[in-house]
Amino acid sequence: MGVEGIGARVARKEDKRFITGKGRYTDDMKVPGMHYAAFARSPHAHARIRSIDTSAAKAMPGVDGVLTGTELAADGIGNLICGWMIKSKDGTPMKMGAFPALARETVRFVGQPYAVVVAATQAQARDAAEAIVVDWEELPAVIDLNYAIKKGTLQLHPEAENNVIYDWELGDSKAADVAFAKAAHVTKLDLVNNRLVPNAMEPRAALGVYDTGDENYTLWTTSQNPHVARLVISAFYNVAPENKLRVIAPDVGGGFGSKIFIYPEEIVCLWASKKTGVPVKWVADRTEAFLTDAHGRDHITHAEMAFDADNKMLGLKVDTIANFGAYMSLFSSSVPTYLYATLLSGQYVIPAIHANVRAVYTNTSPVDAYRGAGRPEATFVMERLVETAARELGVSPAELRRKNFVRTFPYQTPVIMTYDAGDYEASLNAAMQAADYAGFGQRKLEAEKRGKLRGIGMSCYIEACGIAPSAAVGSLGAGVGLWESAEVRVNPIGTVEVLTGSHSHGQSHETTFAQLVSQRLGLPIENISIVHGDTDKVQFGMGTYGSRSGAVGMSAIFKALDKVEAKAKKIAAHLMEASEGDIEISNGEVRVAGTDKKLPWVSVALGAYTGHNLPAGMEPGLKEGAFYDPTNFTFPAGCYICEVEIDPQTGHTEIVQFVAADDFGKLINPMVVEGQVHGGIAQGVGQALMEACHYDTETGQLITASYNDYTMPRADDLPSFKVSTTETICPGNPLGMKGCGEAGAIGSPPAVINAITDALGDNSITMPATAEKVWRLAQKATMRQAAE
Amino acid sequence: MYETTYHRPKSLAEAASLFSSSGDATYISGGHTLLPTLKARLAQPANLIDLRHVPELKGLQVTGDTVTIGAATTHREVAMSADVKKAIPTLAALAGSIGDPAVRHLGTMGGSVANNDPAADYPAAVLALAATVSTNKRQIAADQYFTGLYSTSLEEGEILTKVAFKAPAQSGYAKFRNPASHYPMAGVFVAKHKDGSVRVAVTGAGNNGVFRWKAAEEALAKNFSADALKGLTVDKAGMMGDIHGSAEYRANLVAVMARRAMENLGKLTM
Repeated sequence: MGVEGIGARVARKEDKRFITGKGRYTDDMKVPGMHYAAFARSPHAHARIRSIDTSAAKAMPGVDGVLTGTELAADGIGNLICGWMIKSKDGTPMKMGAFPALARETVRFVGQPYAVVVAATQAQARDAAEAIVVDWEELPAVIDLNYAIKKGTLQLHPEAENNVIYDWELGDSKAADVAFAKAAHVTKLDLVNNRLVPNAMEPRAALGVYDTGDENYTLWTTSQNPHVARLVISAFYNVAPENKLRVIAPDVGGGFGSKIFIYPEEIVCLWASKKTGVPVKWVADRTEAFLTDAHGRDHITHAEMAFDADNKMLGLKVDTIANFGAYMSLFSSSVPTYLYATLLSGQYVIPAIHANVRAVYTNTSPVDAYRGAGRPEATFVMERLVETAARELGVSPAELRRKNFVRTFPYQTPVIMTYDAGDYEASLNAAMQAADYAGFGQRKLEAEKRGKLRGIGMSCYIEACGIAPSAAVGSLGAGVGLWESAEVRVNPIGTVEVLTGSHSHGQSHETTFAQLVSQRLGLPIENISIVHGDTDKVQFGMGTYGSRSGAVGMSAIFKALDKVEAKAKKIAAHLMEASEGDIEISNGEVRVAGTDKKLPWVSVALGAYTGHNLPAGMEPGLKEGAFYDPTNFTFPAGCYICEVEIDPQTGHTEIVQFVAADDFGKLINPMVVEGQVHGGIAQGVGQALMEACHYDTETGQLITASYNDYTMPRADDLPSFKVSTTETICPGNPLGMKGCGEAGAIGSPPAVINAITDALGDNSITMPATAEKVWRLAQKATMRQAAE
Repeated sequence: MYETTYHRPKSLAEAASLFSSSGDATYISGGHTLLPTLKARLAQPANLIDLRHVPELKGLQVTGDTVTIGAATTHREVAMSADVKKAIPTLAALAGSIGDPAVRHLGTMGGSVANNDPAADYPAAVLALAATVSTNKRQIAADQYFTGLYSTSLEEGEILTKVAFKAPAQSGYAKFRNPASHYPMAGVFVAKHKDGSVRVAVTGAGNNGVFRWKAAEEALAKNFSADALKGLTVDKAGMMGDIHGSAEYRANLVAVMARRAMENLGKLTM
């Protein structure tokens, strides 16, 4: 490892601009003549639009135009798509209702846009949006998931009978039945995976510019994947052809999945720029973010796990209902299916698994991928089941897990996945040691003396990252390939630019990607720039989500570096009259192994560009590209242990210890990895203890639409985390990496809930475990103790 | 936010005359309730009159057993004042527990007391410390000042100028915070005054705003110790209920916070 190469704790290159306020976000972009968009949004959860009168709004000061769904349809702007086809178990395709960027006839959630005003100032646009008059016919709102699928409930889309989008299954239900028939013990649980609002620090924004001269379009947008945005906007929404559309995602302040999707506002800003003749900017306020960013999770699940007399797992049955909200968002269909049920083997050998998933429409905000996307839901099912089973069987949670761990690799689960490498016991042991698991009994007694209920809980998660290979995801219904591309440009004086299709919105790519180049070419990281987020600069790419940028994005860079290195060695061998095989590149020098012959790196780079003395037939230049399509998913795994103290009088839960032992394969920058784990755990703890999304079940109004009511975790809600890593090398990519961006959010919720249920001696609590819920169960526990 | 005209009067008289002459005006003094309301376009005053820079409203002084705080004094100034810390340590601690540092540097005592948010901290101190509220027109005793949710006996245009708190013999303040907003879900201020009387004021929990818990006062007047509160409860019928806590839960919190305030006299407990 060099001081700045792979494995070094290099300080983040991008932090200087972020912490000095020099970041450049979409809202910082200004173009001449720029005006502002305000969206008119539905105040109702469900209503028909009898008529829209925009005449008063059009007459307001500063207004360039007021556009509705009627104009949008007249211009042939396509409805929003869902990019992953899921078929129900009866073979029928998913039942997708139309999702126009501006609602024309019906609105189905509070906040759905039905018109846009473009005006000279933001205030003028908002004033005019309020002057649009709509004759609404209010319809009953369908909010509750169980109510939505009841026979006779109002149907929200004509396509989806009983509001069911698909009724899908994975695994072998007959095999599961056979396994359960011979079970010595069955553990059953009903679980709620609560709906979350993503809450990226930077709200979504878009700036659409139509250039009448060249008929080119430019879209600045808060996107995790600008190339996919360009592809989808061109291919499906008919706004602009691909060669006439440039999409730029500059600095983006957090995504967590919510900025993967192409939203109505981005499409409308681009289209409205052409319609009104001015560049159109829109920046969401926080209320719009709460109402319209795709939400996460929202499952209800019944799960059963069967054990034999020796406590070996025999089978698993899972029945899940997933709330999709009012419309299918871009990747919504894949989340509770191929990103969820495929992980239901956990870290364990389970011979028979069957999962059934129904996706359901309700009059709520659309739901899609959010940090972890399906994998936190799967982990919650598995790890709540295992911990509960251990308590029921009277064995230690660690021993029950040890008995059932997968120990030989590759391991084919009954639910598609082939685990390539792992050592689950190593993570378990590391976490238990870091947590002083053995000393817990003592700590519990000591806490009792202070009037506190102390509990400990464990979660051994596995997840799948770097979704791929493309042919495999294509066969499962994905509309895109999931490879990544890179281009490495060595400049004539030896500095390097890496163009990547990955997109950094908090992941530190400018540092870690540079570390890889530094490792390979022996250059300092300040000589290496990472270029991303602009479709006019970067050839193509699939963006950043699913913890894929290391395992997939850096693998593409790795391949491009192979080519650069090979060509550089040829040039160096030619210049030093040596054999190509003897050339070594290190510390900014190119050497002939075993001799004192050497050249500075810059001589090779410059030589490539002057072309004065190249090997016969070689093209000048030193610039290579590569596409990398992985051979398999990667499988990060680990063990999290949470310890809580509950104040039984108030129900307040304090997390007194949180330990994470993760196996992410090879690490590029351990400090960056720790940061990702910290953030993920904070979000997971938020889900477990605090973050609740409340809709009024009568009116469908989002009650938690501000930070006054939606509880985000704060620094003082969290302890100082004890994080460490174990390492098994991922065989599926050249760097041996697995991915670390989501693990914290995936592994932590069950650890927290297992700790709380341990402290309370009551397994019934649902997420978020708010103080009142905990207080009620603590009262019961106290009464139980008094009775004993 | 709708368009509004911002005024920064330099005297109390100017503030009052601006209000009466401008027709549609609202005072602002920190704005932690008003600004979010304006940003959400839920209010649209044509004029905003900022009281934070009116010299007559600034400053704090301790004379004898009275701590007088000017309306435009920030929470931070109260929290950091050595004089207040010495005279009524619980009051300084209460001010230091409001919101976060940014809020405490902008928010003012007068803004909080005039707004009378049912979950604000200051109203509990005003009631428990038998304070006298002064305005540009008169003086109002604490017991006559609070009249319900966001409602006080201040008349249209009347400006709260200062509040005189009585330094008690002993006091304590305990609160349980709303996890999202950090406003108290139940905050209980207990004070034993030098004349032997006891006041217990509850904020955050009551469905009609801050209130005195008379049963607790009587019990503590006989025996000023946490034990005196044993078994004492408030009726949940008078409590607020929302997504963060039912009326029953808030009733429990009131009892628990009252006990904790008594167990930790001279400081803030949360």
